[in-house]
Amino acid sequence: MLNFIVRKIAMLIPTLFGITIVSFGFIHLLPGDPVTLMAGDKGMTVQEHAAAMARLGLDRPLWQQYLGYLGQLAHGNLGTSLVTHRPVLNDFLTFFPATLELSICAMVLAVVIGMPLGVLAAVKRGTWFDQLSMSTALVGYSMPIFWWGLLLIVLFAGVLHWAPVSGRISLMYYFPQPTGFMLIDSLLSGEPGAFRSAVAHLALPSIVLATVPMAVIARQSRSAMLEVLGQDYVRTARAKGLAPGLVVGRHALRNALIPVVTVVGLQVGALMTGAILTETIFSWPGIGKWIVDAISSRDYPVVQSGLLVIATMVMLVNLVVDILYAVINPRIRHA
Amino acid sequence: MPLLEIRNLSVTFDTADGPLEAAIGIDLHVDAGEVLAIVGESGSGKSVAMLAVMGLLPDTATVRADAMRFDGTDLLALSPRARRRLIGREMAIIFQEPIASLNPCFTVGLQVGEVLKTHQKLGRAARRRRIVELFRAVGLPEPEAKLAAYPHQLSGGQCQRVMIAMAIACAPRLLIADEPTTALDVTIQKQILDLLMDLQARTGMAMIMITHDMGVVAETADRVMVQYRGRTREEADVLSLFAAPKDAYTRALLAALPERAGGGSDLDGVAFTEEEGA
Repeated sequence: MLNFIVRKIAMLIPTLFGITIVSFGFIHLLPGDPVTLMAGDKGMTVQEHAAAMARLGLDRPLWQQYLGYLGQLAHGNLGTSLVTHRPVLNDFLTFFPATLELSICAMVLAVVIGMPLGVLAAVKRGTWFDQLSMSTALVGYSMPIFWWGLLLIVLFAGVLHWAPVSGRISLMYYFPQPTGFMLIDSLLSGEPGAFRSAVAHLALPSIVLATVPMAVIARQSRSAMLEVLGQDYVRTARAKGLAPGLVVGRHALRNALIPVVTVVGLQVGALMTGAILTETIFSWPGIGKWIVDAISSRDYPVVQSGLLVIATMVMLVNLVVDILYAVINPRIRHA
Repeated sequence: MPLLEIRNLSVTFDTADGPLEAAIGIDLHVDAGEVLAIVGESGSGKSVAMLAVMGLLPDTATVRADAMRFDGTDLLALSPRARRRLIGREMAIIFQEPIASLNPCFTVGLQVGEVLKTHQKLGRAARRRRIVELFRAVGLPEPEAKLAAYPHQLSGGQCQRVMIAMAIACAPRLLIADEPTTALDVTIQKQILDLLMDLQARTGMAMIMITHDMGVVAETADRVMVQYRGRTREEADVLSLFAAPKDAYTRALLAALPERAGGGSDLDGVAFTEEEGA
């Protein structure tokens, strides 16, 4: 098992290297440069522009800039924002907990609702429950996130006044945030009503972000379960006289989990894309919004390192998925 | 009173092309301690009838019978829960594909242990001892070590031994062996058949041996039922059937045995009508 994990981690290194090339190349492909954008409407002379570019090291050939960037990374330095002049890592650590909190809530929601829905639909194949849940999943999957988000805002915030429109907590509350996770910090603060406010703020963005992964997980769980339910070992489990709950919940589900876990891992990557849109709709101060702002201002170090860190997170999640595979499926563990 | 009695059993599957009759009007009885062979080619309905007895058919199957009794208990009238208390304990089944029949995600020790946990109130240690005992009884080498083995770490023959251990765990009164040797190498086939017959002789359980192999029939059965296209063609004790088969299909099956084949015994393309040989 240890060998398996070490092998998987070793495979991350070339991938990470590839990501540095892509993230570096991507931002430099965009037209415009940070100096021109910072000057704004005031404009600047050609000499001033050249001097500013030289000061930032952006006048060097791209390959030299890239090697410089790699050298920085090797020292654990993600660079400094051209706009805020703060280290990228500090900004990342400020914004990341908000995204992580939102993503975890969305993923938990997607798995906790999506998987049982898919399993039940497979067990009750062909019934109204199967058809209703799978058509709902298809609608959820097809819904554009920004439109779905706006619909929910109009209904729950605009008409029903059940949930706030934006932000992470009501402005009435102010307390220190040692963890950066609003749910935990609001509980720790001991302020009455703070936790409820945090939950209310988190509810709509989580539902919006969870919708697509939930639909994908439900559909995948159903098809994986349908395949497994027809296997000989499920018949053997029934032939032992086991209760139907045990046959489905233990014998079938354990095998059906293997493709479902893959999909959950892939959805974490998709969640990052969704987070950018969701955070923009709900003015959620997370890394999605941070990266979008950085792209607009051509803040090269933030985009390069931000993308690298996000990609690393996605890869680490997939590493966990690979390890989970091995835990679930002994044939992989012993391979 | 027979241990298992079936009268006029019919099984119909709902398919996209309409209803498909897999078994038609089957009458069958097995006495305690008796070995009955059901023989016939693929699709003759021999497995379907036994899966109906065990209650293992999918929802698309409709089972009808005038009577289906196990030791006097009406199987058709049993609630699902009562039926589950019976299967795995009083009657057990082993299947054709031993590797596919075992769950790849769990150790074989756990899978055999489940039967004991479901039907017998044994403590963890006693259960473990019983599994090792069962593994030894079915001739698995290193039975203690096999407790933690996964199916993919065992050979086909060893997996079938595990399946047999699982089936006999609660000392059933009826064991249904559904083509237990078909998927195995010839040398292993013989060992598994010998094991089954040895266990049958020692425990006195009744056995229904489903097979398409007349050689297996000759070696194991007291009585034989010949099935063709969902219907029973002939039923007789094994000696009479081999000595003087009455049905044309039975004669053709026997003629197809390598030691009897003298030419003209090819079954391909032969269709037998209801009237022939009856």
